[in-house]
Amino acid sequence: MPKSLQHTLFILLPLVVVFAVLPGVYQNHLLLFNFVIFLILAQGVNIIYGFTGYLPFGYVGFFGAGAYGFAIMVMHFQTPAALAVLVGGLVGVALGLLLTPLLRLTGAYFAIANLAASLAVLHFVANPALEGITKGPYGVSLTGTFNPTFAYDAALVVLALTLGGVVYLRNSSFGLALQATREDAVSASMAGVNVVKMRVIAWLASALVAGLAGGVYAWYVSVFYPDNVFSGDFSIFAIVFALFGGVATILGPIVGVIILYGIYNLIGFTTPQYFQLIYGLLIMGLVLFLPAGLMSLATRRGWRVP
Amino acid sequence: MSPNSILTVSNLVKRFGGFTALDGLSFHIVPGEILGLVGPNGSGKTTAINVTSGLYAPDGGVVTFEGHDIGGAASHKLVHRGINRTFQVPKPFLSLTVRENVAVALAYGGAAASAPTIDALLTEYRLIELADRPAADLNSAQQKLLDLTRALATSPRLLLLDELAAGFNPTELDWIAERIKALAARGMAIIVVEHLMGFIEHITDRVIVMNAGKEIFEGKLAEAIRQPQVIEVFLGGEHAA
Repeated sequence: MPKSLQHTLFILLPLVVVFAVLPGVYQNHLLLFNFVIFLILAQGVNIIYGFTGYLPFGYVGFFGAGAYGFAIMVMHFQTPAALAVLVGGLVGVALGLLLTPLLRLTGAYFAIANLAASLAVLHFVANPALEGITKGPYGVSLTGTFNPTFAYDAALVVLALTLGGVVYLRNSSFGLALQATREDAVSASMAGVNVVKMRVIAWLASALVAGLAGGVYAWYVSVFYPDNVFSGDFSIFAIVFALFGGVATILGPIVGVIILYGIYNLIGFTTPQYFQLIYGLLIMGLVLFLPAGLMSLATRRGWRVP
Repeated sequence: MSPNSILTVSNLVKRFGGFTALDGLSFHIVPGEILGLVGPNGSGKTTAINVTSGLYAPDGGVVTFEGHDIGGAASHKLVHRGINRTFQVPKPFLSLTVRENVAVALAYGGAAASAPTIDALLTEYRLIELADRPAADLNSAQQKLLDLTRALATSPRLLLLDELAAGFNPTELDWIAERIKALAARGMAIIVVEHLMGFIEHITDRVIVMNAGKEIFEGKLAEAIRQPQVIEVFLGGEHAA
């Protein structure tokens, strides 16, 4: 059985099925929905950071753009919600295209420029002068499309597609070539890889994922402000979850989200007063002892982690 | 200039700010030939390789490969045309396995249908035992061989070797020299930049001696070392007489 089929059958499918069944047995649907959103975003970060090495500190820009793409289609064009989610994804891609010049930067410079770009988009959307289009800082209320059940299902579809994309990257020469550009762009070009084209494709794929996630998020919550959907927490969480598990793998970001977001909510419910302390210690421990993520425990022993 | 040249370089100029690294360099190479580029540090040998492999665009002059002007073309396009190279400091994809390093080049390098398999290449260049190890585990000499294997996986017709021999012991050097000669015997044109004169003399048909971005001698290495202008740039003016 080819590896990609194994990964689809034994990782993608069980994960999606578990999250499809859970709402029937667990009452906190918002929490489950947030898990799915972070599973998507962590894999989106995995695509651009894990496979090409660009750390997207402003990743939430695509998410917020997707949410507003959804809202504008619903408010002004009465578009059906599922179609508006697709538009949200395309708005993410359009923003990604606009930001492709950032890929000329590397390392911290790219991360900072990307963060600045996401803040610029936030302030653009929240501009009171655009109230007629985006409702400016006053937020949107999309009561007409409110349907958490369908929105949750749509999120699962986006999760399945995103995981499918990562399974492809993990098992194809395309994904290998992307990793080659991450390791050494000059050598990659001497292997015949069109480095610029590959980076742009990964960047746009990652923007599409966040745009779609933003679209389903807007559908699910229905009422939100610019500060909600452009909150830096989304970028930070998605990056920390992906890094905690281990990037450039399928499993790493999944494990990262389940463990860290699980603990996050557990401490948040039980001992909120120690929340920052415990969470901070956990992340410091990760940086100090497992900089390459949990999955590196296995790769160090020579195991190939899916 | 031979009408059979696979690569012809005419009046090549490359400047970095106020420094002129290549100052009107001209040379050619025919299929199956091994051409040495020698000269003191800073004479422009590696710059010539970098321009020919598309890493730098020339500021003047013409580079023609198989009849096409390739000056300023992107590296990956030149790889697809049939040019490849190794690096003075080897540059493998460190976290990928040895096998994956070669697989990328085989998949994206536009290799001929008759290209050897990964295992055949790794066996020929003594890396097969290390095939599933990350390239980071290799020593410097092994990384150089991996660089070479990756280049060969794209079926080049022109191969540029930038100080490949440095870091190998004498037995390994003999073996590498035989490999390079075998590649040339199959019709590959090979340009060798090297400081090890014994190695150069053993494998090259002809050398270009460079100084300050220009050619100062062309011919057999044995003749080169008798030329006053060559002795002057290597040893200083007082030895030339």
